[in-house]
Amino acid sequence: MNAVLNAPVVADVPVPPFKPGPAGTHITIRGLTKYFAGWPLYENFDLDIPKGKIVSVFGPNGCGKSTLINMIAGLVPIDSGEILFDGKSLKDTKIGYVFQNYREAMFPWMRTIDNIAYPLKLEGKSKAEVDRRMAELVASFDVKFDLNRYPYELSGGQQQTASIMRALAPKPEVLFLDEPFSALDFEMTLFIREKLQEVFMQTGTTMLLVSHDLEEAVYLADQVLLLTKRPTKVAEILPYSDPRPRTVETLSEPSFIRTKKLSLEIFQREVRR
Amino acid sequence: MADSSSVNAPVAAAPWSAPAVPAAAAPRKVNWGRALPFIGPVLLFIVWDFTVRFGAIKAILLPPPAETVTTLINGLAGGPLLKDFLVTLWRTTQAFLIAAVVGVPLGVVLGSAEKAYRSVEFLIDFFRSTPSSALIPLFLMIFGVSDINKVAIAAFGALLIVVFNSAYGVINARKQRVMAAKVMGASRWQIFKDVLVWESLQPSFVGLRSAVSMALVIVIVAEMFIGSDSGLGNRIINSQQVMNVRDMYASILAAGVLGYALNILFLVAERRIVHWSGR
Repeated sequence: MNAVLNAPVVADVPVPPFKPGPAGTHITIRGLTKYFAGWPLYENFDLDIPKGKIVSVFGPNGCGKSTLINMIAGLVPIDSGEILFDGKSLKDTKIGYVFQNYREAMFPWMRTIDNIAYPLKLEGKSKAEVDRRMAELVASFDVKFDLNRYPYELSGGQQQTASIMRALAPKPEVLFLDEPFSALDFEMTLFIREKLQEVFMQTGTTMLLVSHDLEEAVYLADQVLLLTKRPTKVAEILPYSDPRPRTVETLSEPSFIRTKKLSLEIFQREVRR
Repeated sequence: MADSSSVNAPVAAAPWSAPAVPAAAAPRKVNWGRALPFIGPVLLFIVWDFTVRFGAIKAILLPPPAETVTTLINGLAGGPLLKDFLVTLWRTTQAFLIAAVVGVPLGVVLGSAEKAYRSVEFLIDFFRSTPSSALIPLFLMIFGVSDINKVAIAAFGALLIVVFNSAYGVINARKQRVMAAKVMGASRWQIFKDVLVWESLQPSFVGLRSAVSMALVIVIVAEMFIGSDSGLGNRIINSQQVMNVRDMYASILAAGVLGYALNILFLVAERRIVHWSGR
């Protein structure tokens, strides 16, 4: 009797069939699992990230916002699960990444222009192609500073502008931004935020933005992805669809205020939980 | 109460206006900052001179400073001191070049394969901590009493310093720059040549600078004690044997000049080549 009760359960757990996301999904995350020091950070995490949208990731401290985008970008290995970009793996996908700490992201031994051109050189582009792309980028960013200087000779905002240009140079399918404004002063934050919005309107690149500033997160977003405390789940995905270009006036629109308030409520609910 | 305070008020107010007068004279300031580096040497020169002048130390043991400096300058301006100076410089340069050419690439490669470095770390640390002069007899057995011997042992001592610094430069490379290259699709080789090598430049320079000092120290010691007929070390020992103190001190100062000049040379080179250092 006992023996039967304690017998190992070898029931065939069927592998759950792959469920594709809704139409317009760019990044599909299924069954993502990641342990940190023996504790689950993400367990069987599913998420669909839409194409050509900006998704802001927001959540309590330590819930792994940056870890999430780093796992998607392949900078942090995952324990198990699947991440697909339009059905392709990361290996076949061009991505761009903007770090919070621009000082340690740029290469100080290269001139700024060579930093920006570096991903193109990695792709083996010819000098003419690189030059053409550089001219395009300079025009679309309306660069007012001297790109022939070394990164450390530029201001923080100029360095971060350059690192966004570097990330966008190879025309990535997805742009990851890990708190790109946190190390900048307010003036530069506003400036780069506008630049980012402009670039997005020009190119429609899918963007994943981690932010600790709720106003900024909502302001730039098409979707606000709110996460729970660990083990991290999706708390809520709030759509926010005010037309672009968004301006200072947007900040006082009822729809903006409503989305921000709702985000804050969900955030507080999750923090207390 | 109210009365007394109103009486006090004008009294207190009077001295208040006073500081305005001396303040007018204040803004003149002499900048002594530039003279500071000269104070130490000049003081030493004076103390040295007085010590000899008043006989605190016999002139047969310590020559007056002015004479010593004259001997140094005359010697370096084409005298026999110059020949020994150049011999020592040449030996140090040879030893240093061997250490640099072997050590930097070796250190960078070991550093980028951290497991490889860990497996030889003890050896490097052990022999780095062993005074190289203690190995002179061993090198004597291998290379005999020769010029090569002096260069070889100096190169050995300097090599370990270079390897250690270059390897740690790579190991401690800013992880984020490596990640940035990785996310842009750089291969391992591209990360190595475009990021790790550059990241290790600054610590490598620290290593090279210490290495050149180490090479000079060992060359001088080797010239003193391994049968030698040239070089500053040999000259110092020889003039000491015959109590030619003036020449001895001049040779010591020449060795100091050489060490200091090499150090400055490397500082300047580092500032020019690793232009981003510290920014």
